[in-house]
Amino acid sequence: MTTILAVSEQRDGALRKVSSEVVTGARRIADALGAEVEALVLASGPASGADQLAGFGADRVVTLTAAAFKQYAPEGYAQAVAERAKAGAAVVVCAASAQGKDLAPRIAAKLGTGLAADVTDVMVDGGALMAIRPVYAGKALLKVKLTGKPAVLSLRPNVFTPVQRPKAGALSTVAVSVPAGRVTVKEIKAAEAGALDVAEAPIVISGGRGLKEPANFKILEDLAHAFGGRAAVGASRAVVDAGWRPHADQVGQTGKTVSPTLYLAVGISGAIQHLAGMRTSKVIVAINKDKDAPIFKVADYGVVGDLFEIVPALTAAVKSHA
Amino acid sequence: MKIAVCIKRVADSETRVKTGADGKSLDDAGVKFILNPYDEFAVEEALQRKEKAGAGEVVVVALGGAAAQETIRTALAMGADRGILLQVDAVPADGFVTAQAIANELKAGGPWDLVLFGKMAIDDYNSQVGPMVAELLDLPCVTAVSHLTIEGATVTADREIEGAIEVVQCPLPAVLTTDKGVNEPRYPALKGIMAAKKKPLDVKPVTLAAGAIEVLEMTPPPARKEGRIVGEGAAAVPELVRLLREEAKVL
Repeated sequence: MTTILAVSEQRDGALRKVSSEVVTGARRIADALGAEVEALVLASGPASGADQLAGFGADRVVTLTAAAFKQYAPEGYAQAVAERAKAGAAVVVCAASAQGKDLAPRIAAKLGTGLAADVTDVMVDGGALMAIRPVYAGKALLKVKLTGKPAVLSLRPNVFTPVQRPKAGALSTVAVSVPAGRVTVKEIKAAEAGALDVAEAPIVISGGRGLKEPANFKILEDLAHAFGGRAAVGASRAVVDAGWRPHADQVGQTGKTVSPTLYLAVGISGAIQHLAGMRTSKVIVAINKDKDAPIFKVADYGVVGDLFEIVPALTAAVKSHA
Repeated sequence: MKIAVCIKRVADSETRVKTGADGKSLDDAGVKFILNPYDEFAVEEALQRKEKAGAGEVVVVALGGAAAQETIRTALAMGADRGILLQVDAVPADGFVTAQAIANELKAGGPWDLVLFGKMAIDDYNSQVGPMVAELLDLPCVTAVSHLTIEGATVTADREIEGAIEVVQCPLPAVLTTDKGVNEPRYPALKGIMAAKKKPLDVKPVTLAAGAIEVLEMTPPPARKEGRIVGEGAAAVPELVRLLREEAKVL
């Protein structure tokens, strides 16, 4: 039977949420093609969460182990996945996460084929696999047909909502022989413990120039806390360039692309560079004193007025409902 | 240090996007084209590395139409030594096809101490040509570098990953793709712009391999449902919360 490979992602021995999204996307393709999903886990030993992948539609879960896989090992990972794909996969599905953006092109090149990157939708028509990719800062969508054997694609995080679709998902482990590789991860400098990344948080609250000064981001952090660990604080390019917030928090074309369930733009006018990074959010709320700000054109709900009054009121309301 | 910098001519992100008559590509009438912003970091990094080494050559390589010569001249004006245009009618949708053409040129013109790319192009969001070229040249590669040190023949680079910074090492020669933060690109000075006109620029027509990504159509994104102003000031907050809870169902 035709195989669809779903390349999962782990850090410190635990599968990351995006893995369930990759399996969900792979399952959709597999159902349309009458194929099976083989989820791949790359790790130095058993990875926690591998047993969850069956729930999202993995027919089997294969952990490829090597000593070098304690951390992300770009060259070893690419080699191991490419070898597995050469054994007869029709499609290889990766995440367009920080790791996936690094890994997927290497896998595609080893397979001598192209990569449909940062895909937001997939479909099968007459046996042909097609994908939708945002281009030009999200101002256009390309519909592409993947003719590679195998076809390789990476899925934009937070777009393929994980769906429970239980399959057998038998677990197995295969030790692979890969060299240590020339590119090695020496250290992972984690941000503040428990801090969510804007690219992964289900709720993102971004602030712009309207916050007036760096210390005022406190009111956004208070709101994020009110959401009980589900929210991250983002920033516009203007305030990152001004040194108020780190680049890691920047949402937009020269920052991160986010697709949270709820995006709150606070004191952000909505320049095209910013919209490029957040327009695929499911629900957008804008809070701005200028009722003509472009952000209101993409926002589902807008509140016009002084953010220093509105945000604390919202924080209180969220807390009282929690 | 002999450094290759691979750049791309792209539509400015401020541009109004209109699909062309073929239904598959950008109508470029009236569109302003620029050097891909992430490639500016790559050009700047190459210039700084050459300056630091005290000797070497920075060669700019672009794949594109004849108009990409102008983009190469921009990089030459920043200070690169010479340029190569791999001339094609249209940049292919399949990044691997582009990677093959660039890798062939780099193989012929190498060896290189460093090959630099921007981490992605702001037109097609492909983020793949750099690491693919690395595979084809069998060179180590680090992508999306936001901080870089090179000591002897060892590269140490920071990459932003979700919620953390990944510190990666590899030996030279290597392929690196640059992210914001790695440096502050210089503006071409008038002197540089004048000098750039006289710098060598080779135009080489290339024939591309067939690709595995075929564009069927380019369409505008679905319009977001007309939003609404809930109200003004803190008084609007209860209604906003109600809408998020009951209508949008996100709380």
